[in-house]
Amino acid sequence: MKRFANLVLLPLLTLCVFLGGWEAVVRVFGISKIVLPAPSAIAAAFGEGLLSGDFVWHLAVTMSEILGGFAIGAATGLLLGFIVALLPLAERILYPYIVAFQTVPKVAIAPIIVIWFGYGISSKIVITATIAFFPLLANTIMGLRATPHDQIEMLTSYTASRWQVFTMLRLKQALPYIFVGLDVAIVLSVIGAIVGEFVGAKAGLGYLILQKNFNLDMAGTFAILIILSAIGVGLHAVISALQRRVVFWMDTAGERVVGA
Amino acid sequence: MAEAVPLRVPPAPSTVSVARPHAVAEMPRETLVHIAGLEKIYATKDGATIHALQNVSLDITAGEFISVVGPSGCGKTTLLKILAGILSRSRGDITMRGAALSGPSRELGVVFQAPVLLPWRTVLANVMVPVEVQKRDRAAFEARARSLIALTGLAGFESKYPGELSGGMQQRVGICRALVHDPSFLLLDEPFGALDAMTREQMNEELQRIWTESRKTVLLVTHSIPEAVYLADRVVVMTPRPGRIVDVIPVDLPRPRTLAMHNTAEFGRFVARIRAHFNSAGMLDA
Repeated sequence: MKRFANLVLLPLLTLCVFLGGWEAVVRVFGISKIVLPAPSAIAAAFGEGLLSGDFVWHLAVTMSEILGGFAIGAATGLLLGFIVALLPLAERILYPYIVAFQTVPKVAIAPIIVIWFGYGISSKIVITATIAFFPLLANTIMGLRATPHDQIEMLTSYTASRWQVFTMLRLKQALPYIFVGLDVAIVLSVIGAIVGEFVGAKAGLGYLILQKNFNLDMAGTFAILIILSAIGVGLHAVISALQRRVVFWMDTAGERVVGA
Repeated sequence: MAEAVPLRVPPAPSTVSVARPHAVAEMPRETLVHIAGLEKIYATKDGATIHALQNVSLDITAGEFISVVGPSGCGKTTLLKILAGILSRSRGDITMRGAALSGPSRELGVVFQAPVLLPWRTVLANVMVPVEVQKRDRAAFEARARSLIALTGLAGFESKYPGELSGGMQQRVGICRALVHDPSFLLLDEPFGALDAMTREQMNEELQRIWTESRKTVLLVTHSIPEAVYLADRVVVMTPRPGRIVDVIPVDLPRPRTLAMHNTAEFGRFVARIRAHFNSAGMLDA
């Protein structure tokens, strides 16, 4: 009960106080709705957008950009991570370029990608993929190198081949790192898709934000921001749930001790 | 706990070619492992060389229990790792039943200082690691794995994960893993060093019982002189810099040995004789 109060009731109460204060400030000081809309106005804009079907269509576009870009970027990062971690030569050849690529701000190359891939969905997928790529690459490399030496010695002493050490040990030890990479990448993917839509698009939640901004529809903009953060939180939750199932041994250690 | 568990471990399935160590009664017993002129020289980063092992020679008889004692840095773990095939040697020969031993062997079972269990595998799956690595018949060896788990007092914990076990229990899993593929030579690298004194004595008793049951050839590396004497047929004494064998002491205390023997005058004489080597070298480590 106390746990429930701490975890749910308290944050909920904080939110109510915050929203109530916001509403009161806007009304008491008569703040213009094109500067700061009241929570009630945002809620109304939110409902309107949902009912008209506007949000659903643009949400679908943005989600496909996020998931498509994430899938391509993460898969590429994972694959290159394996290559770099397992082939020292590949590391020497590729790594300087990978780092150089990472230091280029993706926002800065977004306009180029839009010119190359057009105003449709594909340019957003490419931009998102370039952003989602690096966290997976870096974490895969780190994870594959994180195997404790004594575990490798143990397996080797039982005549394990290099391939067996890889499949039975290093792959498993890399999983927690890979999940950290996936978690970072999925959140960055949301940013990637929106940045892409800002640069030039015909549909999507980022496109919708720009449109509402032009029309000075601040309440509508805020309503979309709520959707965007819900997407981020939801996708993060999916990855976390997956992580708890796949790398179950990470948080169970020490928690369920049955014998001493 | 020790009395309750079944003591019979079924022999490894017949698909395995490993011969069981010869019966105790068989009188001149064969030499299982022959170590001659073993040297290990390390080069440090600043260009200096460290003589970790110098001219180490030893014959180990099949079924024998050897303890290797010495202070930290005497090269005893280096010796064990070279025997286990996970460390290269600079010079010298090792043969097992006459065949050269270089690199890891299916006939070895190693227990490490830390249990080194894989946290994503259950107790049973951890014990089965050598069987999987060596692509032996999984179904046939699982019965043996379960018996070993019961023999070490872990019955009922087969499907638990290492994170749910205490340090002593984890090390028992490590011992089961080293025995599951029925190796003829068991290497133990300070396996009980991290355990408290009570658990350690209990584990020593259990190890003696397992050894009596299985009649494996055992090489135990330890820095505890009483542990070495309690378990061994012969105690190999090493001193550091360079690491070499200074004495090999046969321990003819009757078996099975009891913990109470620690307090006998005879036991004390063995301990004193070993300790004298370290005193003379100015090392009062153990």
